[in-house]
Amino acid sequence: MNSAMDFLLWTKGPMFDIAMVIFAVGLLARLVEIFMLGRATNYAEPRATEWLPGFRTVLTRSVPDPGTFQRAPFNVLVGWIWHIGFLVALLLFVPHVELVKGVLGISWPALPNPVVDVFTAVTLFSLVATLVHRLTHPVKRHISTVEDYLVWTVVFLVVLTGYLAYHRLVNPYPLALGMHILCAEIFLIILPFTKLTHIFTTFIARWYNGAAFGRKGVQS
Amino acid sequence: MATPIPEKTLGERLRDHGLSRRGFLKLCAATASMMALPASMVPRIAAALEQARRPSVIWLSFQECTGCTESLTRSHAPTLEDLILKMVSLDYHHTLQAAAGEAAEEARLQAMEANAGEYLVIVDGSIPGPDANPGFSTVAGQSNYDILMETVEHAAAVIAVGTCAAFGGLPQARPNPTGAMSVMDLVKDKPVINVSGCPPVPMVITGVLAHYLTFGRLPDLDAYGRPMAFFGQSIHDRCYRRPFYDKGLFAESFDDQGAKEGWCLYRLGCKGPTTYNACATMKWNGGTSWPIESGHPCLGCSEPSFWDGGGFYEPVSVPLTANAGTLLTAGAVGAVVGGGSAALAKHGVKKADAERQPVTIDELEQTQ
Repeated sequence: MNSAMDFLLWTKGPMFDIAMVIFAVGLLARLVEIFMLGRATNYAEPRATEWLPGFRTVLTRSVPDPGTFQRAPFNVLVGWIWHIGFLVALLLFVPHVELVKGVLGISWPALPNPVVDVFTAVTLFSLVATLVHRLTHPVKRHISTVEDYLVWTVVFLVVLTGYLAYHRLVNPYPLALGMHILCAEIFLIILPFTKLTHIFTTFIARWYNGAAFGRKGVQS
Repeated sequence: MATPIPEKTLGERLRDHGLSRRGFLKLCAATASMMALPASMVPRIAAALEQARRPSVIWLSFQECTGCTESLTRSHAPTLEDLILKMVSLDYHHTLQAAAGEAAEEARLQAMEANAGEYLVIVDGSIPGPDANPGFSTVAGQSNYDILMETVEHAAAVIAVGTCAAFGGLPQARPNPTGAMSVMDLVKDKPVINVSGCPPVPMVITGVLAHYLTFGRLPDLDAYGRPMAFFGQSIHDRCYRRPFYDKGLFAESFDDQGAKEGWCLYRLGCKGPTTYNACATMKWNGGTSWPIESGHPCLGCSEPSFWDGGGFYEPVSVPLTANAGTLLTAGAVGAVVGGGSAALAKHGVKKADAERQPVTIDELEQTQ
């Protein structure tokens, strides 16, 4: 690998395959394990159904209650902002839609580039704010682990390199694009083995909670 | 055939061909502008070209399709490309020289001897490397590799014209059956200038030669040994369709409304974002048009590995080999691993249940 173009082709070729395989094996292994182990059998007679309360909790836990907002407005607000920004950039940027279409054959409408650009810029600022908050807030700092900082770094680098590549701020461009793709591949590789798994388990966990409450006839 | 330092200067020769002083200065100004040099350099270029002796040029054609020569010679006359053929003494060129057989080879050897240390070597086509079967490509019974090494030994510099000579091009595409290598892979002790493209923009060759004649040295080069003046900016950055990319307006097929409106061709596989060349500014066929202007995505022909760099109609962001089959297979393997792991855990719990030995308080007391 002696040139930027070789590097780009490596990230688009063998490295992408490796990352995708590790991601798929790791994620499915974890999800299947979670589903198969399930919950301990509850022998008590159910007071109500499970499914509907489960889905209701998926919704209610996604919208913060007023108390949570008053206690931690920064977490709620900035957390929401950067998550939305990240998802918009990930799912609605034309090159990303084309990537999914190229690999899986499915596609959906994308947003105009300048709109995605604004979301990305806001996401970058929000991510920096979350790090500053994590480092300055005594409780957050105390409970933060190495994994938290690792995940933040990888997520931030994915967004930052994407922003640099889009604005062509690194020369030559194949190097900029290759860096972005490599960061995204590292993101895919660590996803099943870190807290990033929440991308796939959050709603499952919320449903489990809601279903358990529903069964007991408790409002959640 | 060989020209050991011609009698006439370049200025005299151009005047002989009917070029007026005004025309000559226009040529110099065009050269300066083409090479991105300040206007103040025009008199210097004029003075240098006026006095320049035509350098001897040996053009070696190896594993190539003659497209690069076609590009240079079929350009509309009178142009800089036409003039360049008068600016140099082309002492050896398969396609263009009158001599054939041994006489042709003799011309090359004579030119090398008469202009040792001063002649320029232009190469088009890739070369089967030293470890490859030399029989893949020979000229007069000599392997391409041997001819190249023999010819560049006393050259002033080497200009690799076309992507095959510059980066290996089509012959080097996987599985590279002939062990094709580029000039810069093989020539390490001479300056090598890469004028890549399939074919390259003819004026780039002209510009490099004019720069050499004017300043006595080669132009500034990028990381791939290409002249910065022509390869310093990407197609994407100079594309007239760029505003559509910035606005998010894309053609999604070759005949949709977007294509008719001239929107960005990114989604149709345009490699403009990763390609560095002068097509967008210099255009082709006497400035008539260029691929993107005629509605076709850039293929990225001036970049290394462009044949192996993904499908021509796949957007830049699409991975080269990944597909749904790989993803599903990996997912299935993951599911089996997860299932096995969960089954093992469940088995462990069951086994512990089955083997559990109830202990009574009496037994515990007895053991103490």
